Amino acid sequence: MSEPLLQVDDLRKAFVLHDGRKLHAVRNVSFVLHRGETLGLVGESGSGKSTVGRCILKLQQPDGGRIWFDGSDLTALGPKQMLPYRPRIQIVFQDPFSSLNAHMRIHDIITEPLRLHTKLTRNQQEARVAGMIERVGLDQSVSRYFPGDITASEQQRVGIARAFICEPQCVVLDEPTSALDPRARSNLLALLSELQLETGAGYLFISHDMNSIAKISDRIAVMYLGSLVESGPAQAVLTNQKHPYSMALLSSVLYPDPARPPHSYGLEGEIPSAIGVRDECPLVGRCPIRQPDCASEYPLLRTVGPGRQSACRYHERLGSIS
Amino acid sequence: MLSTLNQRRWRNFRNNRRAHWSLWIFGILFGLSLFAEFLAYDKPILIRYKDSFYTPIWNDYPETEFGGEFETEAVYRDPEVKCLIATGGLEGCLDDPEQLIADSRDGIVNGDPINRGWALWPLIPYSFDTPVDRPGAAPLPPNSENWLGTDDTKRDVLARVIHGFRLSVAFTLIVTGAASLIGIVAGAIQGYFGGWLDLFFQRFIEIWTATPFLYVIIIMFAILGRSFWLLVFLLVIFSWTALVGVVRAEFLRARNLEYVRAAKALGVGNMTIMFRHMLPNAMVATLTLLPFIITGTIGTLASLDYLGFGLPSSAPSLGELTLQAKENLQAPWLAFTAFFTFAIMLSLLVFVFEGVRDAFDPRKTFA
Repeated sequence: MSEPLLQVDDLRKAFVLHDGRKLHAVRNVSFVLHRGETLGLVGESGSGKSTVGRCILKLQQPDGGRIWFDGSDLTALGPKQMLPYRPRIQIVFQDPFSSLNAHMRIHDIITEPLRLHTKLTRNQQEARVAGMIERVGLDQSVSRYFPGDITASEQQRVGIARAFICEPQCVVLDEPTSALDPRARSNLLALLSELQLETGAGYLFISHDMNSIAKISDRIAVMYLGSLVESGPAQAVLTNQKHPYSMALLSSVLYPDPARPPHSYGLEGEIPSAIGVRDECPLVGRCPIRQPDCASEYPLLRTVGPGRQSACRYHERLGSIS
Repeated sequence: MLSTLNQRRWRNFRNNRRAHWSLWIFGILFGLSLFAEFLAYDKPILIRYKDSFYTPIWNDYPETEFGGEFETEAVYRDPEVKCLIATGGLEGCLDDPEQLIADSRDGIVNGDPINRGWALWPLIPYSFDTPVDRPGAAPLPPNSENWLGTDDTKRDVLARVIHGFRLSVAFTLIVTGAASLIGIVAGAIQGYFGGWLDLFFQRFIEIWTATPFLYVIIIMFAILGRSFWLLVFLLVIFSWTALVGVVRAEFLRARNLEYVRAAKALGVGNMTIMFRHMLPNAMVATLTLLPFIITGTIGTLASLDYLGFGLPSSAPSLGELTLQAKENLQAPWLAFTAFFTFAIMLSLLVFVFEGVRDAFDPRKTFA
């Protein structure tokens, strides 16, 4: 395949707490994203998936690792040098209302990127904005409104319009559907898929919602406690997990189907704290197939099949318990 | 032209009838007081003398201009000058002006026609520092000449209130405006950037606010002498910290909101994010505090004047009036005037800003 659009190498980000201890939000995360592809990044709340998205946009400065975008290392760029890349990498946020400035009109919110990054005349801007408003399925009349005057799903469409107005090549979708009801959710996913087909943008789709991930992703990466534990083609990861955590995560999905009983394959205990570094498998305390040496070494992703990677050394044993 | 957002705010403000009426009343009172020289002054607005017009408020004329003896500025309240103007500069005015004025009513003095003149006086023919020529021991009670009586140096109280109101409000607006501007910028920078900058700035403010500002004012006045602008400067440098806390808190909260992240992801500059994106959202909290700062500044000026460390002693000061009221309990018109002036002024201001605050709140709905 051609050169990846986005390549994240060994990304690390820790937050220093008030008592000096470190919370490792992201540890040794590496993945690639190709043009026109959707990578679903899935994990529980607090697994560090949003931090990955923010590091890619340099909203947070990573502690280590490299972020290659279209051949340039974004981590080496200062705020000024980052400017030309801003319209090319965009983000859509989780909370549609708080991601829009309540004191700005919809029209001004969508126009702002154009004012910053293009030299279009006023009329050209108006035409672009009007086209974009129509493209995301909104009525032209909303452009006069304030974010508080429209519904959550309309707000999220405005957020998408703002992100796509400069025709980005890469879009981080940080749980864009989690604040919406199921119908609005599937409409929004359909819109995102259409936009991807039209623009050829690569998506990093961050979510904890397995149904959305399954619907939109070409490949899936599973995150647990700041680390990637498994990745691979969407269908393969959804049907045949190579890591006990992914298995538990997938089996926790509830389907509105009484004939399909909730899966009972679970993990012991709660997600542990990400404070402090331990040289052990992050899942060691909860894993049903743990081995004595799991507690002595931090496992890195290893290739376990065509396009598939897993951080579990004993994934072969998974078949025996499910 | 107002933007529709501001139109909506104005509409919301108008719907608050108490605030709307308070704004009108305060606006009219302050507007009138801006022209205090036309309401209460010891010089006429317009003089007609020997077929020419004179405007003493803007120009100084020597008494000799009107046929008098002195090269100094004419004292228009003197009967001699009144007589000179009324009679067109007859010599006799210098001997028996009252008699001559009465004589000249019919336009003829000693058989000769005279060139009659006239003077248009302000409603209250006293300025804030004009000594009232009225027999009796000061403070004099109200009568038809001094509607609110005189103070203990025989100055017209109503004239002092009109001039004092203007001075008080102007002083407060200048101090509050400057202090708010500094406070908002300082709070915005601290809250937005946070971290070490915030930590050091906060400690600095703690030390700064611990400075006893009354002593500083006394010392500075002793060195540089009392003046309006020095007092403005001193109050500004000690009152800008009032808004820092609330603006800083708003910015600390807002800088992690997603609309700020979205703006950063778009590459919007820090200054634009701070003052175009975040400040309008922080404005409600800021405006909530503003009435307290304004009324506080009026109170500070009044208490400084009351203590005798305020504006120069000749200035028309409501605080000084309060001090006189305390020292002259036998003259209740002083106390009542001081009390009602402050009560009305502060109430109107609080009502107005209450309405402004509500009108700026985007989450508040109006009927």
